[in-house]
Amino acid sequence: MPFISNTPDQQKQMLADIGLSMEDLFADIPPELMCKDFNLPNGLTEQKVRERLAGLAGKNYIDLTLFLGGGFYDHFIPAAIYSLISRSEFYTAYTPYQPELSQGTLQAIYEYQSAICRLTDMDVSNASLYDGGTAMYEAMMMALRSTRRNKVIIDDSVNPIYRVMIHSYTSNLNIELDETNCVDGHANRDQIYKLLDDKTAAVIVQNPNFFGCIDDFTDLAEAAHKKGALLIVSCYPMSLGILKTPGQMGADIVTGEGQSLGMPMSFGGPYLGYMAAKKQFIRKMPGRIVGMTADQNDRRSFVLTLQAREQHIRRDKATSNICSNEALCALTALTYLLLMGKEGLKETAQLCADKASYAFKRLTAIPGVKPHFETKWFFNEFVLDLPHEAADVIAKLIEKGFAAGFPLSRYYEGMENSILICVTEKRTKQQIGMLAEALESIL
Amino acid sequence: MVVDGLLYTKEHEWVKVEGGIATIGISDHAQEQLGEITFVELPAVGQEFAKQGELAIAESSKAASDIYSPISGKVTEINTELEAAPEKVNEDCYNSGWFCKMQITDPSSTKDLMDAKQYEEYLKGI
Amino acid sequence: MKLVFEKSIPHRRAVRTVESDVPETINIEKSLLRDKCPNLPELSELDVVRHFTELSRMNFGVDTNFYPLGSCTMKYNPKVTERIASYPGFAHLHPLLPQLRMGGMLTQGALGVIYEMDMFLRETTGMDGFTMQPMAGAHGELTGIMIIAAYHKDKGNKKKTILIPDSAHGTNPASAAIAGYDVIAVPSNDEGVMDVDTLKAYINDEVAGLMLTCPNTLGLFNPHIKEICDLIHSVDGLVYYDGANLNAIVGKARPGDFGFDVVHLNLHKTFATPHGGGGPGAGPVGVKQKLVDYLPISVVVKRNDGTYALDYDRPKSIGYMAPFYGNFGVVLKAYVYALMLGKEGLKRVAENAVLNANYIRAKLNDHYTPAVDKVCMHECVFSPTQKMLDNDTHAFDIAKALIDAGFHPPTVYFPTIVKEALMIEPTECESKETLDAFIDAMIEIAKTAEAKLHAFSNAPVSTPVSRPNETAAAKNLNIACL
Repeated sequence: MPFISNTPDQQKQMLADIGLSMEDLFADIPPELMCKDFNLPNGLTEQKVRERLAGLAGKNYIDLTLFLGGGFYDHFIPAAIYSLISRSEFYTAYTPYQPELSQGTLQAIYEYQSAICRLTDMDVSNASLYDGGTAMYEAMMMALRSTRRNKVIIDDSVNPIYRVMIHSYTSNLNIELDETNCVDGHANRDQIYKLLDDKTAAVIVQNPNFFGCIDDFTDLAEAAHKKGALLIVSCYPMSLGILKTPGQMGADIVTGEGQSLGMPMSFGGPYLGYMAAKKQFIRKMPGRIVGMTADQNDRRSFVLTLQAREQHIRRDKATSNICSNEALCALTALTYLLLMGKEGLKETAQLCADKASYAFKRLTAIPGVKPHFETKWFFNEFVLDLPHEAADVIAKLIEKGFAAGFPLSRYYEGMENSILICVTEKRTKQQIGMLAEALESIL
Repeated sequence: MVVDGLLYTKEHEWVKVEGGIATIGISDHAQEQLGEITFVELPAVGQEFAKQGELAIAESSKAASDIYSPISGKVTEINTELEAAPEKVNEDCYNSGWFCKMQITDPSSTKDLMDAKQYEEYLKGI
Repeated sequence: MKLVFEKSIPHRRAVRTVESDVPETINIEKSLLRDKCPNLPELSELDVVRHFTELSRMNFGVDTNFYPLGSCTMKYNPKVTERIASYPGFAHLHPLLPQLRMGGMLTQGALGVIYEMDMFLRETTGMDGFTMQPMAGAHGELTGIMIIAAYHKDKGNKKKTILIPDSAHGTNPASAAIAGYDVIAVPSNDEGVMDVDTLKAYINDEVAGLMLTCPNTLGLFNPHIKEICDLIHSVDGLVYYDGANLNAIVGKARPGDFGFDVVHLNLHKTFATPHGGGGPGAGPVGVKQKLVDYLPISVVVKRNDGTYALDYDRPKSIGYMAPFYGNFGVVLKAYVYALMLGKEGLKRVAENAVLNANYIRAKLNDHYTPAVDKVCMHECVFSPTQKMLDNDTHAFDIAKALIDAGFHPPTVYFPTIVKEALMIEPTECESKETLDAFIDAMIEIAKTAEAKLHAFSNAPVSTPVSRPNETAAAKNLNIACL
């Protein structure tokens, strides 16, 4: 049998040894509840399963030239990452409950937390959450707990997928969720200031936002703080190679999707929700946190800390219900940040922006293609208005070998002709030129 | 150790009533059960609590326990020294390890509290 | 050991950035830029590789040795699943492709994996529909409870409480509370299981549902499980199956047949996907027909022509628990494992998991105090004997002594209803030789602990660090090197 070490003879010997039969072992399950037969196929050998799955993998179109982002990006991944995270001492370990046997995982998480803090200019970070969307939800809950208020303002330039998630998660809870409508690609200050009151727990914004536009939320942080509310910023970590940090802006909690830090797109996961915050919120932070301490011989060592408020102790009064997180993805992000280094991350972020800027110019030179926003500054994504329905144009470009972008009408009313185009460091001038030619040819 | 002249709850809080003001902390038994206390989250001055309301949280590395308000009242003062030195709760729970002072808004809310003798008996029964 | 930040040398580089091939350099307005580079260390690739190789050697995984961590099901993680998950056809697939017009046709292979896994799990658990969105067990619990809430809301039921036995994982009450319910703990009987008569006292019209781990955290299967489900159904409550311990019955019996309405599975437990030092996991949720409409958006369906599509038109759905299809990479690995086991292999999982647990239980029964002295399912729970406790050797110390013997300790101090619990789950993968070696070590430790005062208070001594000071860690918080 696959993955079972004991031979049938050994199994018999063991049963004899303890004086029980196989039936005895399952005697507590009433016979009428035993399943007589399962309608399942017979097991496959490794050779067969690899053939079958290679066949399925082959049915996925990965040869399209990707200008598709929307919060999930096709960045270059150095080979050393996979080699390191594939060390089985990391990936076949459980949560580090026994610190003496888990210093590798624990120190790596401590270093991950440090790297996230340095990247975002925040004081503290947890050990990871599931993804960018659940991290935003947890940040919102953290703000509600910290302020003991129940109103949240979220601008619609925040990733719409995360916004629908937050609506789903809070549908049974007594939370007032107010959405504001961004203006020219920027979070709507007028609306937010009007809504901000002493019931507001948090304002949630994103940088660069879903449209790729760059903002500075320093004013929002000040306005929120004046009313005793928190500013939550969701941030694309790659952009922090060059962009103003949420810490500099005065954000209280920062979250985001860490996939761009060395994780393959893998059809939606596993990804990495990161979360960082100002020091004063550390005890309201959900999930695992690793701290540095000393062992009995005064050697530097690492342990899970501040766990007293988590689910295994506080049960229904816990800060969150999180148990498993995305530890291996956090390790991936850490190794990525280290391999890139301070210069590498900056250079890559700049390259993304440069190439996007080139693509923007090249594509807006096509007759009938116009920038959607007047705003000047975007990072590596931008919105163009086409003379025809964007979804239709994108479908035609797929036939020419491009995933040219995302049709914004899927989430925004009145944007039928708008396309969100993403350019990473992996795209070449030649590919951008080919996209421009293909687009021009079908318009 | 139980101190005379204080009132006690079944959840092991103690109360010292002077005038209309109640000083509140946790008993020696409670601090021993919690182990080495690493953090105390105190209420804000001005906050009002009904009897049995969740007043504070005492954390050790292994547990986080709610401290319930033994009376109905309004917080007038908190022991800010616990922020930097939560170990005071372990070392001197009846004096420098106090949590907060409250103005009693409902005098009848002290009625069912135990005196030292009753509390001592109660502890024996646990 | 040095932190990686302490190894930085100015201007050292690992990855070189590709040269720009576009004429543009964009000079973003200064006020929008960070004032200085992120303060990341400067290292060579070799520095990074050596650092993490050294760290990995301070770690213990299933590949290192026996890892009988109770309730965590640390079975062997087949290597082939890693290989397949890294096929470019899966790893390089953008999750938004299916949202483009006709985009579903670009991802037929991946949608096929999700659909086929759904079918496999339906048959394995006796449920009528699954979502792959939950990204961990606890996330599955929240999803399941939200489905229960949606059901009651839809029916106009005024329900307030979720019943949970006192032996449950902490995630159960936490998940129910986060979903907006009041949690009521139901005490276990002397045998450590839920008693039907006790439960009756808790049954009323406010009960939205019951969450149950079956077999429970003591490794015991409740023979009255069907009566319990019926009792909850009698007030239109729903019964939730926490699949943390499905490994004990997989291939033998199905929660759906017992009367459960909602289940979550931990693919990183039952279906052998690696736990990665804390994650990623996957916690698919399955439901009976009457709840299928409430499953999250989207669901993979098979069209008449044999192609797969995503169904977004789900007006009664609880909405989006994840942006896309959950931790697809994890689901994929579990699917590969399921295909390799097949019908016969699945049955052998439960049989050998239960046999291995009972072998350990029988052999340790005279040396430790059993929580319940009877045949167990996939795990067994012991406590130190009174003599050991008198000698000041606690479950914690036994765990540390096992480390010096070369094994990962069992789960300790859980379930909380057993004092000084040592919860041992060997899984089906382990050989008799490994179990014997573990049993010998446990007996040796027992003898020493009964003979000597403070026998293991300094253990472990063979690890890179000895017992870390956890109180100091919580008091003098140092959680980042800035």
